[in-house]
Amino acid sequence: MTKHHIQTTLNGDEIDVLVEPAQSLLDVLRDELHMTGTKEGCATGDCGACSVTIDGNLVCSCLVLGVEVGGRNIETIEGMANGDQLHPLQDKFIEHVALQCGICTPGLLIAAKHLLEENPDPTEEEVRYGLAGNLCRCTGYQKVVEAVLDAAQVMQK
Amino acid sequence: MQNLRYEAPETLADATALLAAEDGMARVLAGGTDVIVQMHSDLIEPDLIVDVKNIPELTEIAKEGGAYRFGAAVSGKTLMLHEDFNKTWPGVMDGVRLIGSLQIRGRASVGGNLCNASPAADSVPPMIAAGAVASVIGPNGARDIPVEDIVTGPGQTCLDKSEIVVSFLLPERPPRSGDAYLRFTPRTEMDIAVVGAGVNLTLDDDGACTAARVALAAVAPTPLLVAEAADALIGTKVDETALEALAAAASAACNPIDDKRGTVEYRIKVAGVLARRAAAIALERAGKNQ
Repeated sequence: MTKHHIQTTLNGDEIDVLVEPAQSLLDVLRDELHMTGTKEGCATGDCGACSVTIDGNLVCSCLVLGVEVGGRNIETIEGMANGDQLHPLQDKFIEHVALQCGICTPGLLIAAKHLLEENPDPTEEEVRYGLAGNLCRCTGYQKVVEAVLDAAQVMQK
Repeated sequence: MQNLRYEAPETLADATALLAAEDGMARVLAGGTDVIVQMHSDLIEPDLIVDVKNIPELTEIAKEGGAYRFGAAVSGKTLMLHEDFNKTWPGVMDGVRLIGSLQIRGRASVGGNLCNASPAADSVPPMIAAGAVASVIGPNGARDIPVEDIVTGPGQTCLDKSEIVVSFLLPERPPRSGDAYLRFTPRTEMDIAVVGAGVNLTLDDDGACTAARVALAAVAPTPLLVAEAADALIGTKVDETALEALAAAASAACNPIDDKRGTVEYRIKVAGVLARRAAAIALERAGKNQ
């Protein structure tokens, strides 16, 4: 199979990668670039565990082909903390214990960050709808919603 | 998919030529939220993927006189961010907003939703009710096809293998027009319609309905345009009697299946209820839209 040479920006770094046409962006991130923070849940766009942003647009990386992302700006969970300095959402997820097994957490954090960028002061309902594409089988969502609402308050200060 | 080729042409002519020249299986890629799932679950094994998102005609939203034309590959999210389109066609947007999650709408397009040809596609009934016409291009030229004529069965369309849906034209709105789409699902998000109903209507100065279109989803092998249901509204003030006649006509048009989402009897009943509720919302929106 002919591989395509893709040049793109990942978490602020310009990268080059060879991808096969059928490879999803998720597989390119995990298997070619060894960025394993982004998780595979369902691989059919139902669970949101593989959420990333492309040019600021929230998507499931399992439903994007690697060959599509040349010249784009991709953000994954690896780009969320600033060195050792956690993002306020990450801090609040820890403080509120908004995770147990952790598989959904990178996707939830990416989706929550996207939500707060578009709507810095959401209501509880807006948070629940905003995160409806991210499934979590551990927390029952309540702690996640509380963490996001708390982070929103901190980030507005 | 050992020999899968990926092409991202920048013109319609190149795209249709690529599709026409492919002897094996070719698939058009817009948002990929159906095609990539089918590829990765081995339901399809295409030889060629033609990504159409670099073709300007497929990604633009523009006014043509008073009418709206938007590209078939425009994502749901992009439509959601277009304020005037949302104001003009709130019912179409009711359907678009119900497709998948935010993540899915960031990629999924109305053109893809239509060409995937599911009887339960949420954006299709309001597009049919809106009177949207698809602009289709192939190696032998362009043709315009009303949206209700595209889907011919589950997963089947009337398009030739080298044809592409380029864009949709939605007619100019007369004053006092409104549209709405409702679907029934057990969950509020991330679910597939048990039944969907779209209604688009126009009122005259006295509040009488002068034009209406009603379309249903998930109650037949294809999305349905139900002329009898529209006729029940036209010439009335969309009062209780008219709404009852509309519900009866909508239920009578159904030819559903039993499946895990609902039974035949349930779908027939709910189609009438939803059509009636959608008409009430369309009526309210028409009243506000002087």
